[in-house]
Amino acid sequence: MSDYEFIDHSYDVIVVGAGGAGLRATFGLAQAGFATACITKVFPTRSHTVAAQGGISAALGNMGQDDWRWHMYDTIKGGDWLGDQDAIEYMCKEAPDAVIELEHYGVPFSRTEDGRIYQRPFGGMTTHYGEGTAQRTCAAADRTGHAMLHTLYQQSLKHEAEFYIEYFAIDLIMDEQGACRGVVAIDLATGRLHRFRSHQVILATGGYGRAFFSCTSAHTCTGDGNAMVLRAGLPLQDMEFVQFHPTGIYGAGMLITEGVRGEGGYLTNSDGERFMERYAPNAKDLASRDVVSRAMTIEIREGRGVGAEKDHIHLHLEHLGPEVIEERLPGIAESSRIFAAVDVAREPIPVLPTVHYNMGGIPANYNGEVVHSKDGDPEAVVPGLMAVGEAACVSVHGANRLGSNSLLDLVVFGRAAAHHCSETLQPGARHQNLPADAGDNSVARLDALRNAKGSRKTSEIRLEMQKIMQNHAAVFRTGDTLAEGVEMLQQTFSSFDDVQVSDRSMIWNTDLIETMELENLLLNATATINSAANRTESRGAHAREDYPDRDDVNWMKHTSSFVDGPGAVRFEYRPVHEQTLTDEVEAVPPKARVY
Amino acid sequence: MAEFRLPANSRITKGRHFAAPDGATDIRRFAVYRYDPDSGENPRMDTYDVDMASCGPMVLDVLIKIKNEIDPTLTFRRSCREGICGSCAMNIDGGNTLACTVTAEHGKGETKIYPLPHMPIVKDLVPDLTNFYAQYASIKPWLQTRTPPPPDQERLQSKEDQERIDDPAACILCACCSTSCPSYWWNSDRYLGPAALLAAYRWLVDSRDEAKGERLDDLEDPFRLYRCHTIMNCTQTCPKGLNPAQAIAETKKMLIERRH
Repeated sequence: MSDYEFIDHSYDVIVVGAGGAGLRATFGLAQAGFATACITKVFPTRSHTVAAQGGISAALGNMGQDDWRWHMYDTIKGGDWLGDQDAIEYMCKEAPDAVIELEHYGVPFSRTEDGRIYQRPFGGMTTHYGEGTAQRTCAAADRTGHAMLHTLYQQSLKHEAEFYIEYFAIDLIMDEQGACRGVVAIDLATGRLHRFRSHQVILATGGYGRAFFSCTSAHTCTGDGNAMVLRAGLPLQDMEFVQFHPTGIYGAGMLITEGVRGEGGYLTNSDGERFMERYAPNAKDLASRDVVSRAMTIEIREGRGVGAEKDHIHLHLEHLGPEVIEERLPGIAESSRIFAAVDVAREPIPVLPTVHYNMGGIPANYNGEVVHSKDGDPEAVVPGLMAVGEAACVSVHGANRLGSNSLLDLVVFGRAAAHHCSETLQPGARHQNLPADAGDNSVARLDALRNAKGSRKTSEIRLEMQKIMQNHAAVFRTGDTLAEGVEMLQQTFSSFDDVQVSDRSMIWNTDLIETMELENLLLNATATINSAANRTESRGAHAREDYPDRDDVNWMKHTSSFVDGPGAVRFEYRPVHEQTLTDEVEAVPPKARVY
Repeated sequence: MAEFRLPANSRITKGRHFAAPDGATDIRRFAVYRYDPDSGENPRMDTYDVDMASCGPMVLDVLIKIKNEIDPTLTFRRSCREGICGSCAMNIDGGNTLACTVTAEHGKGETKIYPLPHMPIVKDLVPDLTNFYAQYASIKPWLQTRTPPPPDQERLQSKEDQERIDDPAACILCACCSTSCPSYWWNSDRYLGPAALLAAYRWLVDSRDEAKGERLDDLEDPFRLYRCHTIMNCTQTCPKGLNPAQAIAETKKMLIERRH
């Protein structure tokens, strides 16, 4: 082990990840006077928030009457009543302030004729508790994520936040009392190990879309924070809920924003029929994503898919006209041209439901504190550890996220985490010593992998895992296919012991990093497919053909999954918060979910 | 003294050749710049014969296929694979672009892949962008105002004013433009380069920003701005179709106009 010496750092707060949530937390903390460092494996503007397209929801009412209570109702219904209503209330109520704040930071939002922020319709977003269509999604053309991420990075520069860029976080440092005391990371440029000590670690590491074969997610979406939490012996929550976005480009997987349908685009089958009218008579193409993805899958299964193989669906925006396309959907036109060879002004885009978002993740409350069940208390806080953004499961998205609620989630809870630190920590507070063996487990793992001489390439194991997840934990699931998938994934995960790493160098060893990311993905995938096999009901994005109905009596609860190894998964449960945060709004009791 | 050859330790040698597997049906050859700082050896060009019948269409797909199946030590940055994160900027067949949005069939014969030119190389196709990022930070790329914003409402901005920032704000900081600029090659220590100047312009024309005077003061310098000689490689190469050269010309015009 003597090859590896730690470089030690101390900060008040460490943020891991520099996407929307991580950056919002980072500069909020810097602004509040905390010694803060943000550790990120890619330069901040390369984070996957940059790829968000359609917009960020907030009941501003710029384009017609709106109310945050309607937004809250839509979010609860969209999440099929698995979301925690106190957290959803907090998010929807904070949304207008959060978006106004972004505008004040300089986000280049599209504008209305009277100079206000432009808002477009989005799936599942309604007025008057499901009656009308809301225009609630604030947009910067079709590159809202890019506009936001760059602005948040600019604010981080303004507030002189400290970054460790192209550092890959390996593990949390936990003490014997179960508190998080810091994090271990490797500097890609040198291969040297760094040990960061802090009073709080905020995980903002995003989702794990790359556990699947076809996803809209970037190559970097490998669920690193989630895996760090599992390795620390803590559970992840609601991992069975994986969102398939209805419109990924067929074959290539790139996202085509729901904003296309918000602007009037629609889907057709091989008969040229606008089939969503059958599945969702009111919302039609703007039903929530799980509903649209299932409808598309049924159309294809019943032989009404388009193309030579009848295996995809058409998305039309030809009728919108070149002006609307150029002003509001220029990025879509570009992506369709490059990746599907389609001129969207003349022909439909070939699309297919594609893995897009993880509702599940690290259980957290609306302050951003990580929680778990301990000594009979399902809301026990893990000292020193917080989680925000897609990595977290607050849970505001429940069993299915509404489009444009994720960019909102990032800024609202990134900000909330910074506020919570301000309320509970003193800048410059004294640090206790780290446990004597802090980081040793990371060194052992790193060293073993760097010298791994097995027979299976990282890419080979990864592809096998991705295919298993794609085939066995898809839009529709059954007990049999899930059980088979669990078995196959266990074998694949076990074969990781035989992994082969070819690059033995220290400097920018991406072979090693990809292997560590694969190990993280395997943990996430294991939690996901086992949780899916375990939940014998259909709710939101989790559709079981053998259990087609929602079962509120037995399953109105969050799954907590622990993964101790390839086959070693166990479950606990936490209650759903069915109560609101304040008396400004009433709780929404469960009812049938119809669009 | 002027040196007409690359320094001895930068000269590129002939590297290894990786033949296509048996049964390959649609072979294309890719020559890729390799540099391993751990080895102490000179950079080299490795050539890979790739079976395109089992490969995605883009150059990034080829690089990933090489890394996955042929040579896991090949090192490059990548993330979104859809042209919005700016990670995989490199020099492909002589032009700077994003590997994820350019097809592997675009040239004739062997495709040559180098890192972004005239940058210090960390490893293989990974350049050191520290100076590039520092230059971006140096133009203070954030909204500066003296007037407090309305408390519960956005600042208003007309559609026309918004359209002026639309294009310059769409920059992805991939560095293709700056590293294609001969003026930046010679003077990257003092000339800001087209990417940072496009970012500066984005704030100069934002109707909400109130620091136009200070921003122009900071740019009025024989090197920071005026090393742009309107060569236009930047606009030619921008993978997002943006026009940094025009932004720089407009900035120069603003400086001239404010003298009167």
